[in-house]
Amino acid sequence: MHPAVSVIFFTVTSGAGLGMIFLLGLGFPVDASAVWVFFVGLVGGGLAVAGLLASTFHLGHPERAWRALSQWRSSWLSREGIAAILTLLLFGIYVLIWMVTGSRIHLLGLVAALGAAVTVFTTSMIYAQLKTVPQWNSRLTPLVYGAFALGSGWLLASALGTHQAPEWWGIALIALAWGAKWLWWARAGRARLSDSGSSPETATGLGFIGKVRLLERPHTGENYLTKEMVHRIGRKHARTLRILALLLGGAVPVLILALVALSGAPSLFNLLAAVSMIIGLLAERWLFFAEAEHAVSLYYGNR
Amino acid sequence: MTSLPASTEKRLGLVIDLDTCVGCHACAVNCKEWNTSAGASPLSDVDAYGADVSGAWLNRIHTFEVTPEDAPAQIVHFPKSCLHCDDAPCVTVCPTGASYKRPEDGIVLVDEDLCIGCGLCAWACPYGAREMDPVENVMKKCTLCVDRIYSETLPEEDRIPACVRTCPSSARHFGDFNDPASTVSQLVAERGGIDLMPEMGTRPVNKYLPPRPKTRPQPAAASTRVSAPVPKADGFLGWLDAALDKLG
Repeated sequence: MHPAVSVIFFTVTSGAGLGMIFLLGLGFPVDASAVWVFFVGLVGGGLAVAGLLASTFHLGHPERAWRALSQWRSSWLSREGIAAILTLLLFGIYVLIWMVTGSRIHLLGLVAALGAAVTVFTTSMIYAQLKTVPQWNSRLTPLVYGAFALGSGWLLASALGTHQAPEWWGIALIALAWGAKWLWWARAGRARLSDSGSSPETATGLGFIGKVRLLERPHTGENYLTKEMVHRIGRKHARTLRILALLLGGAVPVLILALVALSGAPSLFNLLAAVSMIIGLLAERWLFFAEAEHAVSLYYGNR
Repeated sequence: MTSLPASTEKRLGLVIDLDTCVGCHACAVNCKEWNTSAGASPLSDVDAYGADVSGAWLNRIHTFEVTPEDAPAQIVHFPKSCLHCDDAPCVTVCPTGASYKRPEDGIVLVDEDLCIGCGLCAWACPYGAREMDPVENVMKKCTLCVDRIYSETLPEEDRIPACVRTCPSSARHFGDFNDPASTVSQLVAERGGIDLMPEMGTRPVNKYLPPRPKTRPQPAAASTRVSAPVPKADGFLGWLDAALDKLG
């Protein structure tokens, strides 16, 4: 699949922002000065909003994006839009009351946290629902999206909040997220298009005669389908990107957190771990798209 | 609404005969011609006369080579357009309601004024039936020539999809699959019409008729390959023959 930069940026940043909203809603301790609360709320909400705005950049008609809120009965993309807007609205009210009165309305926080979790789940289901991409079509996909949102959200919240010794929790959550991703990668290795039961033989229905091979494409140039779904260029640096994702998304943040915890440095340094993890996740998300094989490639010479 | 109808009154669609298709691309060309000048917006091309040509087409003709285990390979031309699936995954993923399946005749359509061009429907389709228009930035797909088949102004014989009307080898047939007496239903029954990628669970309406079995060349008669027995020699040659036999 073609890795669209706007969608990669969207899933990573809105994941981190929603992870932070989830934790703040659950009551993650934060210094109660109004200015600081505003700033912390702005980071969580801002990341989520920036991600959602970025996602509209890949639309052919961004000005009609509001129409995407109508089909929640059948469409995960529609559900995601609604869940995101409701969550941000509730979180905004939660932060506003917190700023003004200095106290947090726990019930409202819990509802916003639930909304954040639902939003990340709906995002992941946009991909996990697709039978046409066997590597995505798994329950592990929501698990990975959720675990990365929680991990990156925790690193951000721990840097700006006042949780006692948040670094060890951070290390545990990073390990948990990459553990989930390891499971996902292990499955993806076994769930390639060629393992799914689809082949040029089933795609053409000609398997009963013999082995089927594409002789000639319908046209000499590229088309929307080959650019979007038969995209292979992104896989060129797969190995390097995977190492980069593991280093920046896992090893470096763990190292920073351990150093901060052992040296007794202020938790604000955890921000470095968060930034590193988010950069690593951009590489991870690039591979999520670039390495995915779509069934339509069977009509264009793939096996 | 992008929820699918439980069933449709008619199930209009195409039967494509892979035995008679000659791969001339006339169906694709007539499709492009009709659909670029009728309907909501043109079917755009980019750099149509340049080096990097691309554009939206609703029908594309692939060519496959099929090799049986015990016979030479054969060529099959393979026209592919929207299959108007009963369980169309492209419809349910649509966030705006632009994609829909008509309860009256089962045709899957896109309302271009509602389409935001997110591309998710094209991702959900295993057949590559939907293409983003590079100029209009909305999703385009086969309409089964909905503006021809119900037309009251076109001559009677033109009230069929453009691809069917133009096919010079009559490899394309149009009709209602819910009517067991229709040509398409009978062709499917007689020739064993096949579904593409049934494992995807899309239940396509369009059916493909497989190529008829090829006449295979008879293997050469076994007797001609056995050499005639060598006549027995006598005299000196007989002695030599016996001596050489003894040497092994």
